[in-house]
Amino acid sequence: MTPLLRLTDVRKTFGGLVAVNALSFEIEAGAIVAMIGPNGAGKSTVFNLITGVYEPTSGAIDLDGRTICGLKTHAIAGLGIARTFQNIRLFAFMSALDNVMTGRHSRMRASLFDSLLHTPAQRGEEKRVRERARELLRFCGLEREADDYARNLSYGHQRRLEIARALASEPKLLLLDEPAAGMNPREKSDLIELIRRIRDSGVTVFLIEHDMHLVMNVSERITVLDHGEKIAEGLPEAVRNDERVIEAYLGRETPAG
Amino acid sequence: MKFGRERPFAVLPFLVLPLVPLLDRNNSHIDFLTNAGAFILLALGLNIVVGFAGLLDLGYAAFFAIGSYSYAMLASQQFGIHIPFWVMLFVASVIAAIFGILLGAPTLRLRGDYLAIVTLGFGEIVPQTFLNLTQYTNGPNGISPLDSPSLFGHSFGFSATPYYEVMLALIALAVLLATNLQSSRLGRAWMAIREDELAARHMGINTTTAKLAAFALGASFSGLAGVAYAAKLSLVSPDQFQFNVSVLVLSMLVLGGMGNIWGVIVGSFTLSFINGFLLPQSTNLAHSMHLNLDFTNYRFMLYGVILVAMMLFRPEGLIPSKQRRAEFREAKLDPALAAEEQGEYTLGPGPGAGTGG
Repeated sequence: MTPLLRLTDVRKTFGGLVAVNALSFEIEAGAIVAMIGPNGAGKSTVFNLITGVYEPTSGAIDLDGRTICGLKTHAIAGLGIARTFQNIRLFAFMSALDNVMTGRHSRMRASLFDSLLHTPAQRGEEKRVRERARELLRFCGLEREADDYARNLSYGHQRRLEIARALASEPKLLLLDEPAAGMNPREKSDLIELIRRIRDSGVTVFLIEHDMHLVMNVSERITVLDHGEKIAEGLPEAVRNDERVIEAYLGRETPAG
Repeated sequence: MKFGRERPFAVLPFLVLPLVPLLDRNNSHIDFLTNAGAFILLALGLNIVVGFAGLLDLGYAAFFAIGSYSYAMLASQQFGIHIPFWVMLFVASVIAAIFGILLGAPTLRLRGDYLAIVTLGFGEIVPQTFLNLTQYTNGPNGISPLDSPSLFGHSFGFSATPYYEVMLALIALAVLLATNLQSSRLGRAWMAIREDELAARHMGINTTTAKLAAFALGASFSGLAGVAYAAKLSLVSPDQFQFNVSVLVLSMLVLGGMGNIWGVIVGSFTLSFINGFLLPQSTNLAHSMHLNLDFTNYRFMLYGVILVAMMLFRPEGLIPSKQRRAEFREAKLDPALAAEEQGEYTLGPGPGAGTGG
C-alpha cells in the first residue's frame, strides 16, 4: 500500500545553512504521528516544505504516490493537506464562523459570476458551507464563539479554531504545528481527546510538539529531528529510550572527573 | 439576489432619487448630481480593490481614462465608429477589466508602499499615453464631440436629466454587485488575503487570481463611470485623468469608510458636494457681495484639513465597516497590536517574513 505521505531524501538549504538534510520518512493513512526535536531542528521547515511554502533543494515529496514538489501552496491545500501554525495565524478580524468558512474555500465551486450575481447555486452552497462550518465549530467545542472575532477568543480557543478552520477543507492529512503551545493542562487533555476524534473521523494527523506528555500519549509513531537530520524514528517507547534522542535533548553525559 | 438585512434601506434611495429632477428643475443642480454619481461609481470600484482586497491603488484614474477613451474612440467621428452607448457600457467595462488585469499582474508580488508606488506609476503612464498618441487621440485637444446616447429613438441631447437617471441605475447595479461580492466565496477570500496572505494560501485560496479579480472588477466599475461621464461631457481629454483624480477618489474612501459600501457613497458624495457645489456657490455669493474671493482655489487645502481631521478623530471613516472599526478601536486599546500594525509599514520584512517564502 502506498503511504499517504512520503518524503524521500529531502534536502533544503538557505544559502549556506542546511535546514533539512537527507530526510526520508513515510506516514501511513489513518495514523497519528509526531515529529519532535530541539528548537531549530528544522521541524517547521519540514511543514513548510510539505505545504509548498518552500520548495525542496533536492529530494521528493509524494502525496498518495503523486509528487507535490513544485506545486503552489494553494494547490497543495486543494489536494488535501491542511495545517495550523506555530504562531497562530487566524484571520483576526473575521468571525470564528467566517474563518472556518474561509477554510472551506478549496472545496467550494462558486465562480466569479456566481459571487457577483448570487446565483441559486451560489446561495445553496453558501448555506451548506455555513452549516458545515457550524458543525465543525461544535466538533471543536467552539459553537458559542461562532460570531466572535477570532482575535477576541482565548488562546486555547484560538488554537482550536485553527484546527476547525483546517478541518473545513476535509483534508486527508492535517499538520498541527505545536498545537498545545501555551495551553494549560486541562486544555491539553481536551486537545489529546480532540486529536483522537479527528483521527477517528478519517483524517491522518501529523504533529510537531514540544510537550512530551502529549506526544507520548497521543502519537503512534515519532520521528526525531536534530540539526535537520532524522536521528531516530519509531514507537514512542523506543524513541523515549533512544540514546541519540536523549543526547540531542539533554546533551552528552561527560564522565565525572 | 439579495441585500440581506439592509434591503429596505438599500432600495429606498433608488426609489426616491430618480424623482429628484421632477422636483428640482435647475439643470445645473442635476448636472452636479450626475457628476457626483460618476465619482460614486469610481469610489465603489476602488473600494473593491482597496477596501475589500486591501491593495492600495494610487493610479485608479487610469481606468477611468481607459473607460472614457474607449467611448471616445468607438462612439464618435474620430474613427467613424459609432457603437451605441448601451453596448459601450458593457464593452468599456470589459476593456477596463482587461487593463485592470494587465496592470495588476506585474504588481502581484508587491505590498503596501511598493504596490502604491507602482500603481502611482501606472496612473501617470496611462494619461501620458493618451496625450502622446496624438494621431489617435488628438493629444491635448482630446476627442469631441462624442455620440449622444439615445433611448427608444430619443437622443439624450443637452439636458442632464437622462444622464442622471442612467448614472443612478449604474450606481444601483454597482451597489448590488459589490454587496453580493462582499458576502461570497470571493469576498471572503479577499478579506482573508487582507488579513493574512500566507494563511489565505494555506486555505487553498489562489491569491494571484483573487487579486487579479479585484483589479479587474474594480476597473470595470470605472469603465462604466468613464463611458457615462464622457458621453455626458461629449469630450475626453488627458487632463481629466490626472493624479489628483486618483487621490480624490481615494480620499472619498478614507472619508467615508473603506470597505463599507454605504460609507464609500457618503464619503464620495460629501467631497463632490464640497467640490462641485459648496465652493462654487460660496464663491458666487462672495462675488455678489463684491468680495474678490475664489473659494475654489482653497479646494485642496480643505481636503487636506478634512483628511488630517479624519486621521486624528475618526481614522476608520464616517461609516466604517465592522472590521475596520474593530481594527482601529482595538489597535488603540492594545499597544501590542498597535505596534504590530506599525510594523506593517516599516521597510524591513513584514510580519509574514518568518514563514513566508
